[in-house]
Amino acid sequence: MRTVLTVLRKDLLLELRTFETLPAMILFSVSTFVVFHFALDQSTIAGQLAAGVLTATLLFAGLLGVNRLFVAEREQGGFDGFLLAPVDRSALLVAKAAALFIFLVVLEVVALPAFALLLLGPSLGPPLGGVVVLLVLADLALAVIGTLVSAIAIRTRARDLIGPIIALPLLIPALIATAEGAGPLLAVHGHTFPEGRWLLILALYDLVFALLAYAVFDFLLED
Amino acid sequence: MSTPPPAIELRDLTRRFGERAVLRGVSVTVAEGTTLAVLGANGAGKSTLLRILSTLLRPHAGEVSVLGEPLPRRGFAVRGSIGYLGHEPLLYRDLSGRENLHYHARLHRVSSTRVEELLAAVGMRHRADDPVRTLSQGMVQRLAVCRAVLHQPRLLLLDEPRANLDPGAAAIVAPLIGREAGVTRVLTSHDPAGALTEADTVLGLRDGRCEFVTEPGQVSPTALEGLYR
Repeated sequence: MRTVLTVLRKDLLLELRTFETLPAMILFSVSTFVVFHFALDQSTIAGQLAAGVLTATLLFAGLLGVNRLFVAEREQGGFDGFLLAPVDRSALLVAKAAALFIFLVVLEVVALPAFALLLLGPSLGPPLGGVVVLLVLADLALAVIGTLVSAIAIRTRARDLIGPIIALPLLIPALIATAEGAGPLLAVHGHTFPEGRWLLILALYDLVFALLAYAVFDFLLED
Repeated sequence: MSTPPPAIELRDLTRRFGERAVLRGVSVTVAEGTTLAVLGANGAGKSTLLRILSTLLRPHAGEVSVLGEPLPRRGFAVRGSIGYLGHEPLLYRDLSGRENLHYHARLHRVSSTRVEELLAAVGMRHRADDPVRTLSQGMVQRLAVCRAVLHQPRLLLLDEPRANLDPGAAAIVAPLIGREAGVTRVLTSHDPAGALTEADTVLGLRDGRCEFVTEPGQVSPTALEGLYR
């Protein structure tokens, strides 16, 4: 745990110093909402359409973070520095996934109000709790899968391309569950909490990929 | 009385990158507390050898034993006892020297006091809070030396350790990575004469093959020339 906190602290400090990842993710999501606002030619949207726009935008914004997750480790010797220490290598996976999760939460703290302001018809107030629960589970999926994929992609020359190409197919089930779960929440006079099955699917998806990532991450760090 | 096990023992070490063998059947033994100088031209396999000893690379054939532990199987057992100074400083450019060293200190479970001691020892306290990207190469190398010796390793792997250091800076870091450090060392250098004065044993590499393993006094000028031809 101490190693996880050490690496996480370093990653957050690096982001605070450089602002290379979060501002790009936030700017991308807000710009996309603006684009949708004009492209759909509707002043407001609701229901499944709103859920689709929100989920897809957050997913693509999240992928920007995935692509940058291991850049400092690769370019500035962070991998070697970590691998030379007598620590459990899985700590790097947990710390990187935690950093990405934090980035996604911060992104949503800005993007969700922007979405409500620019596109969403119904008030976000009543279903906010349900939306947050759904997004937290979706963020976990993106954080775990994104970290795994980023660790693979960073060792390739075309890492900016490889990351999304591998990540997107793996994230489709999580995207479907999040959008399906959020649709009724964002409808006019909609539900206030998502259906249990979508939460269950997301939670199981998170668990399966967390175990998978834990099992294979050590091998990804080998030369 | 039994003799202590060697700090490093290599038997027919081979390492490839793709189809190309970078090290081919290298064998050498290094006694605890002594210095091995690895000499050879660019691409001879010196850095690869050091990376294998540091546990960063896996050998593809042969036997490697470091501090009594076989690699790569028992790499985790020796990582905390190895200090590695490679071509890259392994420091984050956007963090300060002090932040970088504290990060590595936490990974190695070393106290903050040691960080401050080392910063003072290499004369970097006055610039310790500046981002690494703003420092000269010599200053970065001094910080890299601090990182390598932070956890007081029993084995130092030094890949051209005096690169970027002026004579004054080289003298400053000498107590940490020189013979005075009193630990087993493996060093590479593009200054054969300097390396010979520091070494107890010399390994000559050419195209990944071992040309000679001998004492410094036994290295003939012809043999040296042969390495770089």
